[in-house]
Amino acid sequence: MIVLTPLKTFKFPVTAECINPDVFQGKTVAEIAALPVFEGNRQKTLGELFKIEQAEGDNPSITINGDASEVRRIGYGMKTGEIVVNGNAGMHLGEKMAGGRIVVNGNAGQWTGSSMKKGLIEIHGNASDYLASPYRGSTDGMKGGKIVVDGDVGADSGCYLSGGLIKIKGSNTGQFLGYHMSDGTIHVEKNAASRLGANMTGGKIVVSGTVEEMMPTFTIDSVKPKVKIDEAETATGPFYVFLGDLAENGTGKIFASKPNNPNLKAYEKYL
Amino acid sequence: MTELLIKNGFVFDPLNKVNGEKMDIAVKNGKIVEKVNEHKAKIIDAAGLTVMPGGVDIHTHIAGGEVNTGRMVRPEDHVKDAVRKTALTRSGTGYSIPSTFVTGYRYSQMGYTTVMNPSMAPLEAKHTHEELNDIPLLDKATYPLIGDWWFVLEYLRKGDLEECARHVAWMLQTTKGYAIKIVNPGGLESWGFGRNVHSIDDQVPNFCITPREIMVGLAKVNKMLNLPHTIHLHTNNLGLPGNYTTTLDTMKALESVPSDGKPNMHITHLQFSSFGGDGWGNMRSAAEEISKYINTHSHVTADMGQVIFTDTTTMTADGPFEYTLYQLSGHKWVNSDVETETSGGIIPFHYKKNNAVNATQWSIALELALLIEDPWKIYMTTDHPNGGPFFAYPKIIAWLTSRKARMATLKKCHKKAQKKSLLPSIKRELSLYELAIVTRAGQAKALGLTNKGHLGVGADADIAIYDVNPETTDIARKYKAVRKAFGNAAYTIKDGRVVVKDGEVVQNVDGRTIWLDVQTAEPCRIDEQMKNKFREYWSVDYANYPVYDHYVKVKDPITIQASV
Repeated sequence: MIVLTPLKTFKFPVTAECINPDVFQGKTVAEIAALPVFEGNRQKTLGELFKIEQAEGDNPSITINGDASEVRRIGYGMKTGEIVVNGNAGMHLGEKMAGGRIVVNGNAGQWTGSSMKKGLIEIHGNASDYLASPYRGSTDGMKGGKIVVDGDVGADSGCYLSGGLIKIKGSNTGQFLGYHMSDGTIHVEKNAASRLGANMTGGKIVVSGTVEEMMPTFTIDSVKPKVKIDEAETATGPFYVFLGDLAENGTGKIFASKPNNPNLKAYEKYL
Repeated sequence: MTELLIKNGFVFDPLNKVNGEKMDIAVKNGKIVEKVNEHKAKIIDAAGLTVMPGGVDIHTHIAGGEVNTGRMVRPEDHVKDAVRKTALTRSGTGYSIPSTFVTGYRYSQMGYTTVMNPSMAPLEAKHTHEELNDIPLLDKATYPLIGDWWFVLEYLRKGDLEECARHVAWMLQTTKGYAIKIVNPGGLESWGFGRNVHSIDDQVPNFCITPREIMVGLAKVNKMLNLPHTIHLHTNNLGLPGNYTTTLDTMKALESVPSDGKPNMHITHLQFSSFGGDGWGNMRSAAEEISKYINTHSHVTADMGQVIFTDTTTMTADGPFEYTLYQLSGHKWVNSDVETETSGGIIPFHYKKNNAVNATQWSIALELALLIEDPWKIYMTTDHPNGGPFFAYPKIIAWLTSRKARMATLKKCHKKAQKKSLLPSIKRELSLYELAIVTRAGQAKALGLTNKGHLGVGADADIAIYDVNPETTDIARKYKAVRKAFGNAAYTIKDGRVVVKDGEVVQNVDGRTIWLDVQTAEPCRIDEQMKNKFREYWSVDYANYPVYDHYVKVKDPITIQASV
């Protein structure tokens, strides 16, 4: 196990895609310290910015102790192993991740799990905007794996989702959750903000709390007592089931809790 | 200025008929000279290396309004290819639409020294020149879009060719352009009304003129003005199945313009104009028909428009064609109508091996390049970035010089495309001499750039040296080594200065901007009526329209005496 401790509070963003179990694998502490990173526009080595120590045990493979909220691209494209961040993590955490596990005991920055394919990301604090969303302009969304956020998430999360599961346990989400998603599942255990599922063409969003606003381009389909989240879990309702986004000829489904959304009762007359 | 002596390289200089001879090249004051003082000159030991004139690219979209709009709509294209600054070079972004500086560096790293930006809406000329100024290490020029320019259409309808010629001369001077660019003649004007033309004899709305009359008229104008390049033509019906008949009609129509055995038209990105079949389902290659015509006629030159299997961005003044692509892909797209001048469209496009149409397109371009027997008639381009980014050129070089390389790629293509491809039956492999023609000498000749594309005394000292030993390397077999060598020039020399060594930029120099200063006996008629039109129909007034000399950083005008 490698333990990284920031040597200072970073003033400039540090781009460190080398903080990745696959890259550290088989390297000595000295070799890891020599890996290139960027601090702002200056090239540095990992050892210049972090104290690097070898610790007992194999799991987790990498632990970061301290504030890494300016450290970007941790676990970029990682396939195996585990990273634990005891503190906040910066932007693009676990981008293009293809396996393994990342645990953040703090908050995560924007684009966490962007375009990920496989693996597990657990965030015990809040996640910022663009959780699991692709880079601006790209349609290459999250394809698989699982992201669990104990806190809130920011705006434009789960955009272009095409597989996998996002679980949000906090009491709020940002707007445009699941924008243009085509497959996969988003489970909001509490409340969801407006523009939910805009442009979605497939997949499902399950909201167990309140839905701030249902877009007019969604139509009510049925009422279901429960819905499957994944192999291990089922959410109990009952739920109003909405189909959409009709502006995209979409067949996505939004499950909105019936007891928590009395404002949606008006839709019942169309059933 | 320093003197330079390149010793013992294998020199390929087709314009001077030098085919791989071991010889020295002497450089003084940025020009090739007979000899230099060996004790004073800087010596470059090129023993075992291939020496060629600097590369010339006849058609690559690197600057201007549509390129810049393309950059804006594709942040995801840049993020995958971010380029850090170094002590010498500036930062930037790449992939299919690189930033200006990165464009310069990457071309130079491949040994290119002269590039032509082929599509400039006259209204966007100032913007285009500002971007060209920012592209280092390369000489460049740009072609204004004249084929759908209102005044030209009116003069041609009236049959007033002389006045039309004077007007075109004024346009070239005003926009600091190099050649007459015609895109989907008549179609762009129609696109302003949501329509298109579908054959060269369709009427253009409101102008009572046909694409045939536009092309033939401008080819005659081109001749009257003695322009160094021919008309640079993007054909009607481009990119549609079965369009090869339109292309053949176009070439036949231009036979009527006397050419004395010399070319009078250049069809650009010919691949996109050589589709057979009558729908996307049975779209096939018409390279055989097209190459047969070009082999038996001397008035046509063309460039390939090779497709590269990658994620790229298509951009053209051909708005209706981009609309077709949008309907096919459903991707985000940009559509524009540049006032009275032209239209435009941009759409990201991913060419895939496992798509029958894309794989056939890939095959068509190579078939054309190999079936057209005379390499002086067809040049290597990707129509950057429409077919693929220009820094994929080393791949095309490998496909052209090695049957093994292209068969290896063909094997991975869609089964349907493999079955239809003519490539298995083509044995031809280009030699380094022929390669020098299709990548520099032929292009320079077609452009009429007398100081470029060769290493004779008096030529600009633009030289590329590649790590390929023609005596010991069988380029047809060692295609991976060839690809690497042509992607990372051992040396690129621009105006007698070493700018790239071993694929790395080692010196920054500004390239020149070339344009034509066409002298007509009488000046172009600029009357109140014309200025009024500008006031009524253009968003820019006549007085603010021209690109003044101070807009161009390093000026290199070529003066031409017209015969009108």
